[in-house]
Amino acid sequence: MKTLKSLGYLLTLPLILLAWWWIATSGAANFFVPTPAKLAETFIDTWMGEKLLTDVLPSVIRLVVGVLAAIVLGIGLGLAVGLNRTMRAVTEPVFEFFRALPPPVLVPVLMLLVGINDGMKIAVIISGCIWPVLLNTIEAVRSIDPVQNETSRSYGISGLSRIRYQVLPSATPTIMAGVRQCLSIGLILMVISEMFASSSGLGFTIVQFQRSFAVPEMWSGIVVLGLIGVALSFIFQWCERRVLRWYHGLKEVENAV
Amino acid sequence: MQSNNPTSHAGGRTLPEGEALLSVRNLKKVYRTDAGDIEAVRNLTFDLGRGELVCLVGPSGSGKTTLLKCIAGLLGSTEGEVRLDGEVITGPPKKMAVVFQEYGRSLFPWLRVAENVELPLKNAGVPKAERKVLVEQALEAVGLAHVPKSYPWQLSGGMQQRVAIARAVAYQPEVLLMDEPFAAVDAQTRADLEDLIRSVWKKLGVTVLFVTHDIDESIYLGERVIILSSSPTVVQEDIVIDLPAERDQLETRSLPRFTELRHHVYAEIQKAKQGHRPEEAITMVVK
Ligand SMILES: Nc1ncnc2c1ncn2[C@@H]1O[C@H](COP(=O)(O)OP(=O)(O)O)[C@@H](O)[C@H]1O
Ligand SMILES: [Mg+2]
Repeated sequence: MKTLKSLGYLLTLPLILLAWWWIATSGAANFFVPTPAKLAETFIDTWMGEKLLTDVLPSVIRLVVGVLAAIVLGIGLGLAVGLNRTMRAVTEPVFEFFRALPPPVLVPVLMLLVGINDGMKIAVIISGCIWPVLLNTIEAVRSIDPVQNETSRSYGISGLSRIRYQVLPSATPTIMAGVRQCLSIGLILMVISEMFASSSGLGFTIVQFQRSFAVPEMWSGIVVLGLIGVALSFIFQWCERRVLRWYHGLKEVENAV
Repeated sequence: MQSNNPTSHAGGRTLPEGEALLSVRNLKKVYRTDAGDIEAVRNLTFDLGRGELVCLVGPSGSGKTTLLKCIAGLLGSTEGEVRLDGEVITGPPKKMAVVFQEYGRSLFPWLRVAENVELPLKNAGVPKAERKVLVEQALEAVGLAHVPKSYPWQLSGGMQQRVAIARAVAYQPEVLLMDEPFAAVDAQTRADLEDLIRSVWKKLGVTVLFVTHDIDESIYLGERVIILSSSPTVVQEDIVIDLPAERDQLETRSLPRFTELRHHVYAEIQKAKQGHRPEEAITMVVK
């Protein structure tokens, strides 16, 4: 019953939008906006074949690799910097500078430095995705409760064990908020990295369709992007619920008081 | 027979070389802050013998927490030293466990009750089977055997405090330091927890230093009470609590002797507030 209800909530708005779209396009044919039926047909024809393997899959793999690398690097670097006052003071202005750069401008630079290949595309994704994770990790580590620190110290929990048993768990809620931002940035950069000098991939394909006026195909590509975004978001929420069950419970108790 | 005057020392009582488990000598702590220096503790000297249960009572702001943190090796002293078993303390010693004033914040909210109690043991490399036994025993001892799978934040303040105590007990320390552990719990829970401390102390033979600002609590719990002066802090007096070993919330507290001791401690604290200081005692210990 409960799942049925939540499924209802989940589908209501999409169904309304779909209906609206269907009604709006059923009358006069607009060259730039396909009907839902046409789009569904194009979607299957275009993406449920060879393209899935040659364009979608490589893009998704680059996205996943880039995002995961950004998360791992961001957390690792964030711990190193956050736990050390001197490191924080030294790196802060530099990080603010790099964070302020819009990642797409790095594409030409990385093309020159890394070359035009998968490495470049992954580097673009990492260079944009790392900031929210890195800065959130630094902030989380910096603002750890001093009583927790003293507890660890007094029980001889130090070094790597302290990171594992105290610092990381207590920083997880803030880190997760960074990871969420990192996912949406990742998707954008995946597309952008493929729009410059590329011969395959989702972003490349969509731009190709656009340039050749294959309008329904272009739209279907956008749908693919949307679906990837939704899938990522669901995976994230699933992980988050598992990792942060304690945190949501704690917040509930605190809010009830 | 001078029943009115308890056995006491002006200044802290010291033991002959080698007999003390914990020695505090001429301890001074000054916090250096941007706004200037704050002298939290001026000069403290006293000894704890093995297996003693000593209460440390003093007004708030008298440096009780500061003293405890120096003893626990969490803070360095400005002058003087603390020795455990003859060794000068420079960092948190293995044989010590601390129950913090902010007990709620000292429990890890991402760990369940049993995991919180287990963590210091796990970190120390105690084998799993042994850990399990220790954790069960400790939770049993504090009356929390029924909630090992709860999270700390699901429990009441008094129960959280018990978890913190269980964690300290399971660690099997030689010295147990407690910083106003019951300041924030209700009266009934407080009475229960006081009895719990005495029973844990008797069962485990651990040395306990219990900090409180509550005079009644210090007398009810302690075998000995160290009275701190108000700031600048020195030991005002160190008295022996000659109440029967079996203590009972109603009976003990209504003993005439309890009342006498209470008056005595109260008068000492009043004296301290008026600026009377046992200077001779300090100089005696220093030289
Ligand atoms: N970290 C600190 N920095 C500066 N001053 C402090 C610090 N901790 C405590 N103090 C000061 O030291 C004095 C003693 O504090 P504290 O040890 O907490 O006393 P108590 O526990 O007896 O209430 C107080 O005046 C307090 O303001
Ligand atoms: Mg205090």
